Amino acid sequence: MAMASSSAPASRSAGQGSRWWATQKRSRQLIGLLYATPTVIFVAVFFIAPLGLVANMSASHWTLLGGNKGFNLPDNYGTIADSSLFWPAVVFTFEYTILATVLLIGMGLGLALLIQSGGKWKGFLRTAFLLPSAMGLASASLLFYGLYSNQIGPINPILEAMHLSSSPIQFLEEPLSALWWTTFLIVWRFAGFYMLILLVGLQAIPRDLYESASIDGANRWTTFRFITIPLLRRSLALSLILCITGSMLAFDQFYILTQGGPDNSTVTIVELIYHYAFQSQNLGTAAALSVVLLGILLIVNAIQFFRLRGADDFR
Amino acid sequence: MRSTEIAATGMATLSPRRFLPSALKSTPYYMLSGALAIVFLFPLAWAAFASVSGTPGSTQVTGFGPGNYQTLFAWNNGLPTYFFNTVILSCATVVFTLAVSLPGGYAFAKFDFPFRNTIFMATLAILMVPVASMLIPLFVLLKFLGIQDSILGLALVMAMFQLPFATFMIRVSMEAVPKELEEAAQVDGAGTFQVFRRILLPNVRPGIVTVALFAFLAAWNDFITPLILIGTSSKEPLALAMTTMREQSIGVIDYGSLEAGVVVMALPCLILFFALQGQYVRGFMSGAIKG
Repeated sequence: MAMASSSAPASRSAGQGSRWWATQKRSRQLIGLLYATPTVIFVAVFFIAPLGLVANMSASHWTLLGGNKGFNLPDNYGTIADSSLFWPAVVFTFEYTILATVLLIGMGLGLALLIQSGGKWKGFLRTAFLLPSAMGLASASLLFYGLYSNQIGPINPILEAMHLSSSPIQFLEEPLSALWWTTFLIVWRFAGFYMLILLVGLQAIPRDLYESASIDGANRWTTFRFITIPLLRRSLALSLILCITGSMLAFDQFYILTQGGPDNSTVTIVELIYHYAFQSQNLGTAAALSVVLLGILLIVNAIQFFRLRGADDFR
Repeated sequence: MRSTEIAATGMATLSPRRFLPSALKSTPYYMLSGALAIVFLFPLAWAAFASVSGTPGSTQVTGFGPGNYQTLFAWNNGLPTYFFNTVILSCATVVFTLAVSLPGGYAFAKFDFPFRNTIFMATLAILMVPVASMLIPLFVLLKFLGIQDSILGLALVMAMFQLPFATFMIRVSMEAVPKELEEAAQVDGAGTFQVFRRILLPNVRPGIVTVALFAFLAAWNDFITPLILIGTSSKEPLALAMTTMREQSIGVIDYGSLEAGVVVMALPCLILFFALQGQYVRGFMSGAIKG
């Protein structure tokens, strides 16, 4: 950027020499740095320092109450690998990520196509789908905690009144149904957000492409497969990255709805970090798991990044 | 899988209106969209209903009334405390976020200085690191700084998580302000701070509103950050206090009051949503993210 030179008053003639320019440039550089100082301090204190600290803690015997009790690498990582909770948590987190991503992107796309198709009440529908996205995840989880409860949950009474079910649904009592119903909450809470991203992509597709496709005799499936999906690739890619990264870090919904149960079947990686830090009171192990999580996320993001870049080149 | 079903139903409504026979559009369209609208709106309506309905063993035993809200009002440190904590936390997060990202965005947009790109990339890199990985070291760091278990420390941490989006947003908005405006002010003898205050700030107001709104809502709704960083009940924000309320009364959970708490937490968010829905949706639609 050539901002420094543009700042000099136009009346100055070039003949007054380069020394004047150099001083001006240097003082402008200093002023710029001054404005960036709060950012530098914030990033250094609350981001860089904790990153160094987490690496240090993961290599130390560090308890919640006692603090640092010295270097012990690789004990914390060993504790994690030996823990009977670690691999199930990794597997469960990936399972949940795949399930939530497939359902959320599918639902988001379905809702976007529904809105895009027009219809009289599309404004109302868009608001209805987006409304849950305005809530916090914790409050949405607490809402569904009541909604799924046996005491005041309305779903089973409604189904019974309509003679639709013989036995009441057990929402959170079994591992598999706990996963499904928690994912239902997530789809309810986030589908509108992904709908919005995909709607933006849909509206960027030129109308005449659809028209020429229909003139060429393409049916709806061919149009969807060969026009909509390829031209939606960027929006789909963005949704995919946000969805996968978000699901890998799932915490609130499981902590509030299932508390990791039944039988530790819904413990995610982040819940395990919390467990190590505050139940086992072992900050060193929690820090080691934080480092592992950071590593997993970086790998997942790198894979997505390179795959998407490859896809772009191909286009 | 359910997703293929969804894709299939989506396809039926894919092409623009004129390609579809009107019979196909009317009945199935209204049935499908009506059912979906009910699924999305029902939980919200039910929460409002349940918050005023009676449950056995609570203040509001039968019928309808404000009993659940009364229970909530008096619970533990009292709803006003938790509400006040949340308001202070959210406002402080907005103030810290703007106090750092406004001059920062100005520096990145309009100045050239050593390590400019390095500092900017380091700020964006915050996005790459999961919040959950940072909380354990931040817990120790805040203790070291003497601001552990405080709303101040919590707001500082939340502002840090907002910084990548905020700095990026302010930088891009300020870069879009025409250079001629600044130059005119400089000819009139304005210094860099006057240019910042008189020219740039008024011209990037929509960006500031967006950043402030995001920071406010993020702080209002965050759960895991206060869960790890706050240990004293009287300093808890709403989301954490409501979850604690549920846990402490295990066995006899007062679901009515719980849903009253959900309403109290959600209402400000929904009001903001309705107030700003036009801007929010239009901002998206005008190509903030291109397909």
